[in-house]
Amino acid sequence: MALLEIENLSVTFEVKGRDVRAVQDVTLKVEAKESYGLVGESGSGKSTILRAICGLAPISGGTIRLGGKPLPSPRDAGFARRVQMVFQDPYSSLHPRHTIDRTLSEPLAIHGIGDADARVTKALADVGLPANFRFRYPHQLSGGQRQRVAIARALMLEPEILLLDEPTSALDASVQAETLNLLNRLRAERGLTFLMVSHDLAVIDHMCDRVLVMQHGRAVEELHHADLAAGRMTTDYARSLFAASADRMLDPASGPS
Amino acid sequence: MTLLSVRNLRVTFDTEAGKVEAVRGVDFSLGRERLGIVGESGSGKTMTGRSVLRLIRPPGRIDADEMTFDGIDLTRATETEMRGLRGHRMAMVMQDPKFSLNPVMRVGAQLMEGLRRRDHVDKTEAHKRAVAALEAVQIRDPDRVMDSYPHELSGGMGQRVMIAMMLIPNPDLLIADEPTSALDVTVQAEVLSILDALVRDRGMGLIFISHDLRLVARFCDRVLVMYKGKIVEELAARDLLNARHPYTRGLLNCLPRIGGPREPLPVLDRQADWAR
Repeated sequence: MALLEIENLSVTFEVKGRDVRAVQDVTLKVEAKESYGLVGESGSGKSTILRAICGLAPISGGTIRLGGKPLPSPRDAGFARRVQMVFQDPYSSLHPRHTIDRTLSEPLAIHGIGDADARVTKALADVGLPANFRFRYPHQLSGGQRQRVAIARALMLEPEILLLDEPTSALDASVQAETLNLLNRLRAERGLTFLMVSHDLAVIDHMCDRVLVMQHGRAVEELHHADLAAGRMTTDYARSLFAASADRMLDPASGPS
Repeated sequence: MTLLSVRNLRVTFDTEAGKVEAVRGVDFSLGRERLGIVGESGSGKTMTGRSVLRLIRPPGRIDADEMTFDGIDLTRATETEMRGLRGHRMAMVMQDPKFSLNPVMRVGAQLMEGLRRRDHVDKTEAHKRAVAALEAVQIRDPDRVMDSYPHELSGGMGQRVMIAMMLIPNPDLLIADEPTSALDVTVQAEVLSILDALVRDRGMGLIFISHDLRLVARFCDRVLVMYKGKIVEELAARDLLNARHPYTRGLLNCLPRIGGPREPLPVLDRQADWAR
């Protein structure tokens, strides 16, 4: 049994009286300790799937099961302890008027976990931030440092699953490398399961064991890492995504256009 | 022909904590070509771009030995003259549609504002041209986008709206600040080919600011690599793979590659003397 099972999921938003079907009939399974990628263009519904898992998007059909059990609606405290999310933009996902200390200790307070002091110190150390950052505000940190805080916050409750919504797309290339290395280290150390969204096929290839290519809210093709790396895709859309990937641009074989 | 020439450009911010030099003596010239400026955040690439349009507010100030656009001395031009140039002859696509579009105005109204005010085009014609501009940047349902507020659009859509807006007046020089970083790869390729066509067909000069070295190498003719306000390396885009400077090499190597090894990505090991 897979840890996270999504079956025929549909998400429909109502916008000005019109139905916008953001996700249509998507099925995927994420095994425990696996790193699963969702890739596609903006508007393909990949982030919406993560939001639907967290109960932040209106599910109009299908089921999501965690450890074999359907998720409760609304999501309860137990869900938050097992599944946490890291958002794309560290500039807007941290409370601007809360110190890092308050941001990190809030989940502990909500869940009645003691020993906040030691846990916050350890959380900062785990993501490679100096201990004195604790009493800073988000605006006093760089984008990469903020994303580290966001990762630390997501890990405060020691969840099994991290939902990563484009965790590095707002960061510089060099900072992206540091953040991806951090995520991989944390996954190895803690046996985390990742469900990661990215539009960058190279990032997904570096991070994930399996990847689902999405377009217009539908699943197009599921690929194993080895098939992605070798360019063995069966659908035209996945191939065009592969061909357009920035990473391919410096391939000596394809040459500059 | 040189469209823009800049010598010894410096951007300084006088803050309470002292002077902060965002750009420290940058020289470059631009013809009707595609010039890429790459560097990390904080390297001064955006400030360099904004200086050309004199879009730096106090406490920031711009000093340059020379800054000439098509024979016009930009260091001496009055604010009124600058306003005549901005948008019309030199345009800039800003980085973030969330902060650069007016949040309380429909996209259509924003697209048509310039046409109505500057070019005194009538409403029907302005609407037609705005829709055409949206179609030119591959927006599939321009009528819905025209009717939307910026918050109702995705990042990629917003970015395309901004590019459409900048292209309406047919500028001679376009400064594009990370114009495609919010876009998907397939859309990115489309937007780049739109920009490419404009450089080729209309002889527009393009300054393409980006942190994505690979993209710049593929798309531009020449590349300036900036670090801490200085140009550390200038090279033809096709030679980027043979870049000499360790900073340039570091930026290239830290990117994951499809089919690359799964080991930790190399990170930049910054040397103090790069900034000198």
